Amino acid sequence: MSALQENACLKRMTPSPDACDAAVIKAFAGIPGLLEQTPALVARGRALDCECLLGPHDHPFHASIRGGRIVDLTPAPVLMRSWRFSYRATSAAWSAYWEPAPRPGWHDLLALTKREEACLEGDLYPFMTHLQYFKDVLALPRRHGSAVPA
Amino acid sequence: MTGHIEPIVGRYVHVAIDGEMHRIYFEESGAGIPLVCLHTAGSDGRQWRHLLADEEFSKQFRIIAFDMPWHGKSNPPASWTGEEYRLTTARYTATIRAFCRALGLEKPVVMGCSIGGRIVLNLAIDHAREFRALIGLEAADFQAPWYDTSWLHRPDVHGGEVCAALVSGLIAPQSPDVSRRETLWAYMQGGPGVFKGDLYFYRVDGDLRGRMGKIDTGLCPLYLLTGEYDFSCSPEDTRRTAASIDGANVTIMEQLGHFPMSENPGQFRRYIAPVLSEILEQSMISTKQGAHV
Repeated sequence: MSALQENACLKRMTPSPDACDAAVIKAFAGIPGLLEQTPALVARGRALDCECLLGPHDHPFHASIRGGRIVDLTPAPVLMRSWRFSYRATSAAWSAYWEPAPRPGWHDLLALTKREEACLEGDLYPFMTHLQYFKDVLALPRRHGSAVPA
Repeated sequence: MTGHIEPIVGRYVHVAIDGEMHRIYFEESGAGIPLVCLHTAGSDGRQWRHLLADEEFSKQFRIIAFDMPWHGKSNPPASWTGEEYRLTTARYTATIRAFCRALGLEKPVVMGCSIGGRIVLNLAIDHAREFRALIGLEAADFQAPWYDTSWLHRPDVHGGEVCAALVSGLIAPQSPDVSRRETLWAYMQGGPGVFKGDLYFYRVDGDLRGRMGKIDTGLCPLYLLTGEYDFSCSPEDTRRTAASIDGANVTIMEQLGHFPMSENPGQFRRYIAPVLSEILEQSMISTKQGAHV
């Protein structure tokens, strides 16, 4: 990705305090466990095997998905590890997305990209073929009431 | 007979659009002022079932919702041989006017949502004298694209799943799960390429920027209502559009998104009831003055 694209993607991103970053990273790390408790969602991803980069923009995770399960979630960077697509957002965006009743414009992954609080990059095929799956997986901390300061 | 039968009646009317006969499915209920309802892109008239079943509204309005050709139970015309479907401003306008003529509707109210809201603006520009009032839900003269529509129609992506997943974010989080699922179900059932073809009108052919000043709300009142959670046609898009239209009524609807009539019918009713009351009141005044039959 060029520096120009990177800048265009980031231009409106909202800064967040360190406490928020830490809470979002912690909540993100809990997503594989939450997914295991949601078998219907795992079943929806049954045809999905994918390496992707997900999470807070400055502290993303490499996620390995096999048959709809996140079998590995490792903080980036990992030397020479590749990914097919990435979805990264500000910590402020994740904490807003996980509110019980998110505010307008902060309530959907593509609302966040439209408002330039998130970046979607790479080969989007696995993301688009499993769009509702990714929306719901990445919303799991909302459903489970993970406390993240706004 | 013990089953509850709804007051909605569905029928087919044969309508000549641009010289070709189309078999159009429509549902209706009630009696009174004709109120024609236009569904969103890639969906069909079922979105209006709660309004059609509303006992109060149907006392004063003949509420009608039709499926556009290629949508719901309105098949493509006989001349179609599989070429890509693309809705245009001219075609959409002709379809609505032909449908109203075919049913003999006199000065109907037209209420459209999303692409239906956009075309309502075009009706206000070019055909205001034919209508009693126009209501645009989630309407704007233009809005910025937020995804690539080529994802909606390609053989290696399930069209129903991706269409529904894309629009799911336009539903307010407060909307009841059952209504959310029903709204998305219609998107899962659309024909291949139909949602994309509707968006050709929305994204390419139907850019109405610069034409809003031609709307005369003295000829035909215009109401614009937009849900606060609609990030496709945002409240700012609607307000910007209305800023160029003298006399346009703008309402931003709380806890609603892009599909107010189907995603949360009860919440939508709170906003549409005063609009319909005002139209009814104005219509009664006009009737007394001899302006309408």
